Amino acid sequence: MLEVIQDNWDLLRHGFVGTLKLTVVCGIVSLLLGTLIAACRVSPVPPLRWFGTAYVNLFRNTPLTLIFFAVALGFPKLRFNLSYFEFAVIALSTYTAAFICEAIRSGINTVPIGQAEAARSLGMSFTQSLTQIVLPQAGRAAVPPIGSLLIAMVRNSAIASAFNVTELMGTSAEMVENGYKSLWVLLWIAVGYLIITLSMSAALAALEKKLAVVR
Amino acid sequence: MKMRSSVAVAGIAVLALFGTACGKDGSPEAKTPAGSTGGSQGAPGAPGGAAPELPTYTPKTGVALTGSKTFDAAKSRGKLIVGAKEDQPFLGSKDPATGKVSGFDIEIAKMIAADLGFGPDKIEFKAIASTNRENALVNGDIDYYVGTYSINDKRKQQVSFAGPYYIAGQSLLVRKNETAITGKDTIKGKTVCSAKGSTPLQNLQANFPDTTTRVFDTYSLCVESLLSNQVDAVSTDDAILKGYAAKDPKSLKVVGEPFTTENYGVGLNKDDSVFRNAVSDALEAHEKNGDWKKAYDATLGLSGSAAPAIPALVRY
Repeated sequence: MLEVIQDNWDLLRHGFVGTLKLTVVCGIVSLLLGTLIAACRVSPVPPLRWFGTAYVNLFRNTPLTLIFFAVALGFPKLRFNLSYFEFAVIALSTYTAAFICEAIRSGINTVPIGQAEAARSLGMSFTQSLTQIVLPQAGRAAVPPIGSLLIAMVRNSAIASAFNVTELMGTSAEMVENGYKSLWVLLWIAVGYLIITLSMSAALAALEKKLAVVR
Repeated sequence: MKMRSSVAVAGIAVLALFGTACGKDGSPEAKTPAGSTGGSQGAPGAPGGAAPELPTYTPKTGVALTGSKTFDAAKSRGKLIVGAKEDQPFLGSKDPATGKVSGFDIEIAKMIAADLGFGPDKIEFKAIASTNRENALVNGDIDYYVGTYSINDKRKQQVSFAGPYYIAGQSLLVRKNETAITGKDTIKGKTVCSAKGSTPLQNLQANFPDTTTRVFDTYSLCVESLLSNQVDAVSTDDAILKGYAAKDPKSLKVVGEPFTTENYGVGLNKDDSVFRNAVSDALEAHEKNGDWKKAYDATLGLSGSAAPAIPALVRY
């Protein structure tokens, strides 16, 4: 059981760093993209709203593996060549952003309509009232669901290993091939994921506490 | 009204995505059924005019293996359960239409079964993922495993092997018109693809630092990248590569001498030496009577590569 981690320390660390990198980059990209799509969905401009709805319905309802296939195999055929890590970021962030968008939109729904009306009566534009009045309040309510989504994203990142990206789950294949018992290999990989996801949970819980307001 | 139009837009978009995805994945897939059925009946366009035919096996009667738990269990069950692969063309591959598996490894499994007294209709092939082979054998989920299973010391701690029945070695699969790559000394600066975690991949990464590696989950993704010029070669055991070349001999070929040695064995439960001896005997008998060679010619031989020498069995 311990020999798995002793003999494969470098490999596990390499995979762990890979997952961590994907998590950080995809987390940032999908949060930004998700917020943008959410803004589209609630915007007063109909084509933007249609775009937001289409985006969410398309990417929320397509299996992530299929999106990975489309990106990692489709893009090179269209002569759009990036590194496979970048392909993984594109696939995973596009997918996660659809869910983030919905979490933010549900947060926006918790903000009393009077807030937006008040902002408008002060002469603020849509962008101003969204970014300065509505989103800061919506974000508070959206922290718990976004937390779940980000943790789900960490686990989803395992799919990237099928497409030339080194991450934690992918290292299991090499260790099992080298004859280590799969049960112990998977146990250590689970530990690796738990380290990442539990620290995220803790950070999010702290954030939630900090942002909490008495209503 | 607003609701309805947005649903329609989403629907169209989904269809569009599925359309493109299917187009990309579907085109190479379409070769599979034709290729694999062609193989079992002797593929058209096989080298040398007459299509080689698979050998037939007569099941032995009155087989008794005293003291073999595996055999007794199979006997009372009335059939053998054999672990195999179903995604390796011409080694162990499943025809999606008929559900039948075929290939060189499958033939080896049938030879053994015949000498144990089980006809081809008394074998249940079970697809076992590589990561799960040892567990399946230790738990007795399968009676034996035939599927590009390399004999090595680490694995011998958990399971035992009969064989080797084939000596494979890491080799290179390239496009038919490739001239620059002729063997392992010519892959410097090239992009070579192999499967995630595999021994050949580890070998490439450790011993060929000037070669770029690309890693996918399966060899079929590698072969697809090869056909679409994304990589210059695919590298793994020559047996696996020959299977892909046999499936598509017009566009693919195997080049160079194998540069590692992998002894393929039949995976067995560790505690059953009686069964192990019976499997070794069966292998020996069918290697001697020419079935082995016939099975090779009708499967991997369709790649255009000649049969290697039959390895000597190691009985321990």
